Amino acid sequence: MSERLSNRPPETGALFARDRSWHPPAFTPGYKTSVLRSPQKALLSLDGTLSEITGPVFGHNILGELDDDLIHNFAKPGESAIGPRIVVYGRLLDERGAGVPGALIEFWQANAGGRYRHKKEGYIAALDPNFGGCGRTITGEDGSYAFRTVQPGPYPWPNGPNDWRPAHIHFSVFGHGFAQRLITQMYFEGDPMIWKCPIVRTIPDRAAIEQLIAALDMEATIPMDARAYKFDIVLRGRRSTMFENRLEGN
Amino acid sequence: MAQALNRLKESPSQTAGPYVHIGLTPNFCDITGVYDDDLGRVMVNDKTSGERITMAMRVLDGTGTPLRDALIEIWQADAHGLYPSPSERRGAADPNFQGWGRQATDMDTGLCTFETIKPGRVPFKDGRLMAPHINIWIVARGINLGLNTRLYFSDEETANAEDPVLARIEHKVRIPTLMAERKGGTYTFDIHLQGEQETVFFDI
Repeated sequence: MSERLSNRPPETGALFARDRSWHPPAFTPGYKTSVLRSPQKALLSLDGTLSEITGPVFGHNILGELDDDLIHNFAKPGESAIGPRIVVYGRLLDERGAGVPGALIEFWQANAGGRYRHKKEGYIAALDPNFGGCGRTITGEDGSYAFRTVQPGPYPWPNGPNDWRPAHIHFSVFGHGFAQRLITQMYFEGDPMIWKCPIVRTIPDRAAIEQLIAALDMEATIPMDARAYKFDIVLRGRRSTMFENRLEGN
Repeated sequence: MAQALNRLKESPSQTAGPYVHIGLTPNFCDITGVYDDDLGRVMVNDKTSGERITMAMRVLDGTGTPLRDALIEIWQADAHGLYPSPSERRGAADPNFQGWGRQATDMDTGLCTFETIKPGRVPFKDGRLMAPHINIWIVARGINLGLNTRLYFSDEETANAEDPVLARIEHKVRIPTLMAERKGGTYTFDIHLQGEQETVFFDI
């Protein structure tokens, strides 16, 4: 943990209620693993206490120089990962449209052949000795972030007899409150595999799925180097504390 | 027509998948040399104040089988009931305490262990004190949206009896699903995703 980098006073308001109809439900039989892992009883609703509206904040001191460069952070000196080079960039916002500064974003993915570097992974596609598949960064003052990687490949997975994951990058995001914690996945504009995927289809609303599809951005593309994809991420918003009862406690 | 509120929608969640370790605990899954250590692995140091405790947790599916690919994060107050967070306005928390921990469940046994301190009591919104508790967030393959629950301590009977959150649980028979049992310096806590003993999960 470290000091906040922003001059803005930290926010202490309660979070907006989560719109659970926008998220996938817990029980989604098309994604078989969810069947035995989905709670069946009603959740207990709780307006945020201090335990939910506070959360850890991470300082830049945790970051290494190559943490936001998956092309090089696992590669041998002078070498680089194989695959289509891309920059992924965007902003971390909350539901009010405000940028979320100083937030840790972690990402992980398969290599360009669709193979993860993981002992439980058995796909026949080859490992890339220069690709690990993890990275992280901390958002800037306006919530902006960027990292460099290779475009991951699609891969088959055991669910139905012939299910494939579309190319995707996993994102783990911290806000300023523990109840804002979110994990999601980013997909790529124009990929026909998106609409066939049982995990994507756990999300009921097509507009919600489209919120997870990054746009190809030729303006941000670096000529002769890397294409760019824009991916904004939205966390729950929070109420202003201006007119709320003070939480003094103790 | 009234003015538009211009709210954005929260990004929909997707499962963390079976390879969550690559991103969140890479050293745990043998991706070494990228990060010095896995974030959240160590919560305390020699100077941390408070009673040292070990918490041994498992996450069990609807058949009672432990998940061997889950990831658990915890968030708790320090020994004096203060959170090490910029949003904590009541005072400065123990600088030697992280408050936040992250562990993957063991790939063979499904067990995961947090070395931490027992948290102090934190006020509820109306100023009443909540019992000592730890907030828990669980993600895994097959979990579409991270699950939130709380761990309470079974040996805090008086505090638990007056806890305003536990009081919200209509079916009192379910309260024990949130109680960690003490054996020596170790608290054990099984999280049941389904079934008779399904853990109380929160919409927070």
